[in-house]
Amino acid sequence: MIRFEHVTKVYRDQSRPALDDASVDIDKGEFVFLVGASGSGKSTFLRLVLKEESPTSGRVWVAGKNLGQLSNWKVPTLRRQIGTVFQDFRLLPNKTVHGNVAFALEVIGKPDAFIRKVVPEVLDLVGLDGKEERYPDQLSGGEQQRVAIARAFVNRPMILIADEPTGNLDPETSVGIMKLLDRINRTGTTVVMATHDVAIVDQMRKRVIELEQGLVVRDQSRGVYGYAR
Amino acid sequence: MRAKFVLGEVGTGLRRNLTMTIAVIITVAVSLGLFGGGLLVRAQVDQMKDYWYDKVEVSIFLCGKVSEAQSCTAGAITKAQKAQIKEDLESLKPVVEQVYFESQAEAYERFQQQFKGSPLAENATVDQMPESFRVKLSDPTKYAVVASAFQGRPGVEDVRDQRQALDRLFKALGGLQAMALAIAIAMLIVTMLLIANTMRVAAFSRRRETSIMRLVGASNLYIQLPFLLEAATAAAIGAAFAVLSLVAVKKFLIDGVLAETFKFTSFVGWDTVWTIAPIVFLTGIVMASVAAFLTLRKYLRV
Repeated sequence: MIRFEHVTKVYRDQSRPALDDASVDIDKGEFVFLVGASGSGKSTFLRLVLKEESPTSGRVWVAGKNLGQLSNWKVPTLRRQIGTVFQDFRLLPNKTVHGNVAFALEVIGKPDAFIRKVVPEVLDLVGLDGKEERYPDQLSGGEQQRVAIARAFVNRPMILIADEPTGNLDPETSVGIMKLLDRINRTGTTVVMATHDVAIVDQMRKRVIELEQGLVVRDQSRGVYGYAR
Repeated sequence: MRAKFVLGEVGTGLRRNLTMTIAVIITVAVSLGLFGGGLLVRAQVDQMKDYWYDKVEVSIFLCGKVSEAQSCTAGAITKAQKAQIKEDLESLKPVVEQVYFESQAEAYERFQQQFKGSPLAENATVDQMPESFRVKLSDPTKYAVVASAFQGRPGVEDVRDQRQALDRLFKALGGLQAMALAIAIAMLIVTMLLIANTMRVAAFSRRRETSIMRLVGASNLYIQLPFLLEAATAAAIGAAFAVLSLVAVKKFLIDGVLAETFKFTSFVGWDTVWTIAPIVFLTGIVMASVAAFLTLRKYLRV
């Protein structure tokens, strides 16, 4: 589903590569943790998957497509197959819960009838039924992240990318979010999650890819956070 | 395409940036007003050229008793010379369309009329007036043909082209028109820069929405269209004001004042205004859309 072939990314005006000859293969339906210190290349990895950046050398394959050969106007089509969740939620404060999730479908031109049908379904899935008309500032952090996950998942993407989704949440709330991501993973969606959260990685026992200064230093199925040290 | 969604975004954007929207409307109105004014002046000059060139003549002044020109040293023109000139003029057809002989008496009468009430008229005598052939050309630019044939010929004092006097007037009008267009172009550039800046601010104030749109895979068209329509709407309102001001200029300045005061010439009609109006309107919308498009390409990349 996601394959990196000797991918190196050097940002302009920087001598050290953000990602250095990384080769990774992630299958359909996998749940993968991307771990490493700040600046180790996790965000670069995720940005390359979304084609927000292009590699300096090497090839990135996503959903069977070589991103290097994907023309710019096809990038939106690629992104419709990838849901994204961030540490800071990125909800629109002037829209309700329902409005935030519906927005993701409106802007890709889905018909009203379809939106009316699928938005309540996905809000039910993430456990927000009954809170459709609330605004983001009336919700807890965990609930806001559930809205963000609902928005990322409402179009049933093949891949869900989560960049530190529990970074702003307390441990108890984080567990709830992880359960939700696990449930989404069980529907067949590939989940790639970048995180610093040792407890969560150790507890979930999923595949762990560790980056250090741009290098893939560990790729282990059913791993824990601190194994290599 | 979800028209409701896009139009909703346009409305929100215009309201959110109200001061900028007003600034855009005003600059568009002023610059397009000047642009339309420049076009109107040009139409007016063209029309005056048609009108006046149709009336101008080449005058061949003949030697009288008091003429001092070199070709007049032999004294007043003889009957034979006169007949020869007349014959030569006839032979120049079709360049020469019409020939009319103005006698001293007729010249005197015209002089008296032109300088009515001035001491010049009171002191002039019929004797001092030159006889002349008034030649109407089929193409007023072919003046040189007549000049070369008769200038300096014995018995001809001078060949004069009324067009030269008119050309000076048209040059002045042409300068006026060039100035109006130069100011209009400068204003159009200012307007485009203002629109570009407005779009930048609009894109910045909605960066949260647009970043999410990009993330969930909205196409460029969906992301940029609301901004483009916003610019085009503001420009259309400004252009409408510009067209209104053109109509006002025609109704109150041209028809109300100029046509009343200067009855000797004709002024541009409503058909000219209605030809210029759509040009002005479309220029405004295209200009705004191009400025917005170029800016957005930079600030709203996928």
